[in-house]
Amino acid sequence: MRPSYIVSAAATAVGEHYARSLSDLASEAVRSAFAALPEVSPERVGALFVANAMGEALASQGQLGAYLANAVGLRGVPAFRVEAAGASGGVALHQAAQAIATGQCDLVVVLGAEKVTDRLEGALEAALALHTDAEAEAIHGLTLTSQWALLMRRYMHEYNYGLEAFAPFPVNAHANAAKNPQALYRFAINADKYRKAGMVASPLNMLDCSTVADGAACVILAAESLARELPGPLIRLAGTAVATDTPSLGARRNPLDLEAARASAHVALGRAHLGLSNVQVFELSDPHGIAATLALESIGSYDRGEAPRHAADGAIAPTGRTPLATAGGYKARGDIVGASGVYQVVELVRQLRGEAGPTQVADARVGLAQTLGGLGATAATAVIVAE
Amino acid sequence: MEIARHWRQRAARYRLQGQRHRETGEVRFPAQPPAIGEDPAVWEAVELSGRGELYSFSVLRQGPDGYEGLVPYPVGMVRLEEGPLVAAQLTDCAEADLAIGQSVEMVTRQLLDTGEDNVLVYGYKFRPVLV
Repeated sequence: MRPSYIVSAAATAVGEHYARSLSDLASEAVRSAFAALPEVSPERVGALFVANAMGEALASQGQLGAYLANAVGLRGVPAFRVEAAGASGGVALHQAAQAIATGQCDLVVVLGAEKVTDRLEGALEAALALHTDAEAEAIHGLTLTSQWALLMRRYMHEYNYGLEAFAPFPVNAHANAAKNPQALYRFAINADKYRKAGMVASPLNMLDCSTVADGAACVILAAESLARELPGPLIRLAGTAVATDTPSLGARRNPLDLEAARASAHVALGRAHLGLSNVQVFELSDPHGIAATLALESIGSYDRGEAPRHAADGAIAPTGRTPLATAGGYKARGDIVGASGVYQVVELVRQLRGEAGPTQVADARVGLAQTLGGLGATAATAVIVAE
Repeated sequence: MEIARHWRQRAARYRLQGQRHRETGEVRFPAQPPAIGEDPAVWEAVELSGRGELYSFSVLRQGPDGYEGLVPYPVGMVRLEEGPLVAAQLTDCAEADLAIGQSVEMVTRQLLDTGEDNVLVYGYKFRPVLV
């Protein structure tokens, strides 16, 4: 197996880009990534992996491999669209690493792109609900957000927390996003505002729900020989893994246990020959505090019922034990659905290169990115190391 | 649209029909295809009682297309007497009436009006047990 190196990473600002199309956003991300890599000609690209979850439902476009290969100037390149709901980006990264590992390619482009704001909220909720089990859940009017809300209420009941226990997650996300010029929400919030926010799906309130927005992010992977010819710091994609679970919450042994999140993190760390204690910076699926809580506990960072307490003690801040959402996370950078996993890697690369400015985690050498599809029916984890 | 799709679900939606394992007695809902190598006949159809306890609940204020007329509406997960955990809408109740652990029962109600072709989709919801 040949290792993969991340030789460039770039993204567009996350936003409601009413004046811009899916092609337009994708093109900017890929051009930015190549602009930062003047030593490498795009003609050397062996494959393009496109992560997108909502193209048919919200952007009225299919066959996104070929469509976006053409749009970004990679016409003729083998292109593969990867769809695994919110985990699409993480799964695409995993597939791209396989293409390098097998020796099939020396240079691979991973592109995450979503265009979601051409449709109104009802269409968005209906499309997202298809990331759960459509027959068992969506037909009953349950949205993705309402299912996280069900888990949150159950968690509060089992571990005796009040609503305000989850405030540290969005407060941290917004504090970090305020310093990220590419974030959707560049302002701080506080626990008092959280307490007063209106409900979206009780007990989830408006300040505990991510906003789904448009954007594109691009990561370029290279085989070791090519990466070593380049001048930049060596950032190795040390381990990736994908795991699956039933999409239906009701069919899980314990709905508060994200088994796929744990399995994919465990395998990815194993492939990287690292443990959880080696990870200094995290990017997780954190559209809600409960999502971050369950991910942190399922992968083993904290014992069951403990993550909110640690978050309140500063554990998820850039100076904490498990820094989270240093670019704003899903909540404040914005939730770019299938592209989120690629945005996560863009942020971890910034961290590992020491280029994260005011949200820099001191001496960060190892980062872990994890995306979930639906409520963890798919989980994709990547472990990234600065050599 | 999707008339046949809704028709295929009639046993589950109208009668809460799941499956029981003839050997272990395990009950599951909704029905699933057999596992690889499993004798399909080992799972028999079984109609569930519709009684259970509320596992969790939420009241939605942002609904998907097709449900906008219902907003706000309560949803929940119910642990049925026979074991399965089922997601559904709750009905005949206000948010203040709901608590984890309370007894609920199945009722048949309209889930969706598909509009243009006038398919009225009916199915199960749950309500607090009337004492």
